[in-house]
Amino acid sequence: MASLIAGGVDCDVHPAVPHLTSLLPYLNDYWRDQVTTRGMVDLVSQSYPKNSPIVARPDWRPENGKPGESLEDMQRHVLDPFRLTYAICNPLYGVQMVFSEDLQAAFCRALNEWLAKEWLDRDSRLRGSIVIPTQSVEKAVAEIERCAQDKRFVQVLMLVMGDTPLGKRALWPIYEAAERHDLPVGIHAGSAYHNPPTAVGWGSYHIEDYVGQAQAFQTQLTSLIVEGVFAKYPRLKMVMLESGVSWISPFLWRLHKFWRGVRMETPWVDRAPLEIVRSNIRFSLQPFDAPPDEATLIRLFEHMQSDELVLFSTDYPHWQFDGLDALPQGLSPDLVRKIMIDNPHATYPRLT
Amino acid sequence: MNIQFRESLEAASPPTTKTAIADCDIHPARATRTELYPYLAKRWQHHLEIYGVHAYQGMMEGPPYPKAQPNASRRDAYPPEGGPQGSSLSFMQKQLLDPNNVQLGVLNPLNTGQGIRNHDLSAALCSAINDWQIDKWTSKDKRLKASIVVGNEDGLSAAAEIRERAGDKNFVQVLLLSRNVEPLGQRRYWPIYQAAEEAGLPVGVHAFGFGGNPITPSGWPSYYIEEMVGHSQCQQSALASLVLEGVFERFPKLKMVMIEAGFGWAPSLAWRLDKAWQRLRSEVPHVKRPPSEYIREQVWWTTQPMEDPERREDLLDVINWLGWDRLLFATDYPHWDYDEPSRVLPAGVSDTNREAFYLGNARKLYGIS
Repeated sequence: MASLIAGGVDCDVHPAVPHLTSLLPYLNDYWRDQVTTRGMVDLVSQSYPKNSPIVARPDWRPENGKPGESLEDMQRHVLDPFRLTYAICNPLYGVQMVFSEDLQAAFCRALNEWLAKEWLDRDSRLRGSIVIPTQSVEKAVAEIERCAQDKRFVQVLMLVMGDTPLGKRALWPIYEAAERHDLPVGIHAGSAYHNPPTAVGWGSYHIEDYVGQAQAFQTQLTSLIVEGVFAKYPRLKMVMLESGVSWISPFLWRLHKFWRGVRMETPWVDRAPLEIVRSNIRFSLQPFDAPPDEATLIRLFEHMQSDELVLFSTDYPHWQFDGLDALPQGLSPDLVRKIMIDNPHATYPRLT
Repeated sequence: MNIQFRESLEAASPPTTKTAIADCDIHPARATRTELYPYLAKRWQHHLEIYGVHAYQGMMEGPPYPKAQPNASRRDAYPPEGGPQGSSLSFMQKQLLDPNNVQLGVLNPLNTGQGIRNHDLSAALCSAINDWQIDKWTSKDKRLKASIVVGNEDGLSAAAEIRERAGDKNFVQVLLLSRNVEPLGQRRYWPIYQAAEEAGLPVGVHAFGFGGNPITPSGWPSYYIEEMVGHSQCQQSALASLVLEGVFERFPKLKMVMIEAGFGWAPSLAWRLDKAWQRLRSEVPHVKRPPSEYIREQVWWTTQPMEDPERREDLLDVINWLGWDRLLFATDYPHWDYDEPSRVLPAGVSDTNREAFYLGNARKLYGIS
């Protein structure tokens, strides 16, 4: 396997909120009372059932509690052995499933404060993502403005499956705020389950939801590009997190072909989709959804025609690889350096 | 894409000098609104006049995402005698079948009885379109073969229609659309697969359809291009469902054809399914083998619209991963995103693979000598 190098950036680790009650200290009296009086339950999303094999590597699974809830474990499992300079925390707590914009805003604020206090304050290698209440664009922007003052927040975080396609104009104030604060927008696997998790309806299985993440990312890239997000906000970077990578090139070949055919429909798209992706979109490495043979891997990276698209990630504590084999076989030392160090720093201006 | 100058047709080479091909996705159209009425009971004729088809989408007629061109079809494909593109056999012969030396043309009628909320009407329209395919097309040109169109949301009536047509050599496959009320692996659709397997007919799944679900898992997008590109994601989700519900395991002789949704995504989807299955197979014990094996053995793809890399040879990697024996050439005539047979393959393909791609695979799959 390709050798890891020291000083890398892990762009996708998942600290877990132990329970909804862990957020109580970060809620005001009214919301604390609401949570307890109404008997609100822990917000665990079906995207990541706690005991699912994919949700934690066997040797990363704690005896008690949720995988990823202990900082000491994260240090021991990834921060130290991978010799990381930074790791970006993307909490997957299920606040996006809430429908009330008021409740969601309170939970997001609490979650961001919890992350700053219980993680970022306790290990200087950790950086955070701002989880936003997308039920209200106004409140989402306010939360970005609030958290952006803390430079340890390096990204805005949204789920790949929400209420509307991500390119929709109504969401643009979020992108305006993100661009203004040098915050890339991370789009992470997972659904608010406000729409069926596939474009052909509700499947039966957890594995179906998980495989289907890739299709969700594909439709979101189409939306973001053809609505003109990057024509309006050319400095905005978006990072597809836990998206898979082997689908990228064939998808873009199709989008590019159709864009050439019907570009009269979206004349504000000022550059070819392939160019937009190369300048504005990045993808996290894990899960690396290709067979473990070097020849295929080399062709897949050749197809991308860029060594800047992929950012290192372990997806801790999710089970995507064993041991320290986060890098697929066959990557050149130059590409390893790009993926682990150069590309993340070029993507996240706040990593200093 | 459009061929803008009809004059060039006259200059096309005579068919004998061109290699024979199969065109596995041709869309025959009705010349008039009421062309199916002779095949429909009076009760349904009246119903259509009063209530329309009542599809799983809001428009009384036409698509909610306006197409790029009328009927999504080539502007040069209007028949000289009038009617929409694809509605004249003689013009189809002159524009498509003869100049391209099409030896086998598979008809996939769209806008028929599928995606309709009234399941009795759906069944009646499907049966009518099947009779119409014989009368208007396959009985008049032996190169053309029909698809059994079935009322997709009612597995039992669909299976009955398949059994009714089984053994009729006018038909070479069963036709479904990719977008349905539920993902295609769900058991409401199993009677269709069972009947198709018994009849020895492949099931073609053509991109498109209406099932009431937004065409992204994050809600309804804005533009036609999003729907067009999105058909490939729908097809991926439909195929994942077929694998994960165990359809291929339960119907081991079933053959499925993915039509007009591209194929570049297929290796990646199979890898992704395999990787997830290694971790999560305890959830789906009925899926006994790695998903990629079912896909490799039981799924075919029509080619149009071919993915179009900047470096065209990159596509050959994808075909090598997928298997040269899995692709069926298709033009999508008369639609505007037509693929021209002489131009679709990059250089450097062996004669054996070219022959399989253009004709051999289709002959074998559809049992045409």
